[in-house]
Amino acid sequence: MARSIWKGPFVDGYLLKKAEASRASGKNEVIKIWSRRSTILPQFVGLTFGVYNGKKHIPVAVSEEMIGQKFGEYSPTRTYYGHAADKKAKRK
Amino acid sequence: MARIAGVNIPTQKRVIISLQYIAGIGAANAAQICTALNIDAARRVNQLSDAEVLAMREYIDANFTVEGDLRREVTMNIKRLMDLGCYRGLRHRKGLPVRGQRTHTNARTRKGPAKAIAGKKK
Repeated sequence: MARSIWKGPFVDGYLLKKAEASRASGKNEVIKIWSRRSTILPQFVGLTFGVYNGKKHIPVAVSEEMIGQKFGEYSPTRTYYGHAADKKAKRK
Repeated sequence: MARIAGVNIPTQKRVIISLQYIAGIGAANAAQICTALNIDAARRVNQLSDAEVLAMREYIDANFTVEGDLRREVTMNIKRLMDLGCYRGLRHRKGLPVRGQRTHTNARTRKGPAKAIAGKKK
């Protein structure tokens, strides 16, 4: 079920401030954020965010195609190295 | 023989049924085409006049993405997700279900036939 349009996209307020500040400073630094639930807005394009995955900040360079999706989608929270049995099968 | 949207040659059957042989046209779209062109859905394709077939062909070309174009669009969308590095793209890359289904069991459609695990017998 999609979100009502009248509500507008959900973004944690402090992200806007952080994004603006980094734009103003002009430096292309990774902006560390914990808000995986926030929508990627058009004004974030071109910036690099470090999206927290529970362990570390994964750098995400925001491009135009990412608008409308959530930050969390670009920072996987699970690591999976495959099963031991799979590796054995592959070696043969 | 009626050729609509490239290779499709459905005849003998009722119009709404045979239209669904075109990839990208299902029951709803087929019914919509019939009402838009004032063709009785119960008629057979071989009873249609050349003009009606032509009208149908033009209507589909103008209003629907169909067959090869549709398939290309779908694969392009999937490819876009994969290049983006988002969660849905990763799931596509790994050949696992994309929409949050469980993978502990089942998910065989995406994962393919079950692989035997060595040394799992008790």
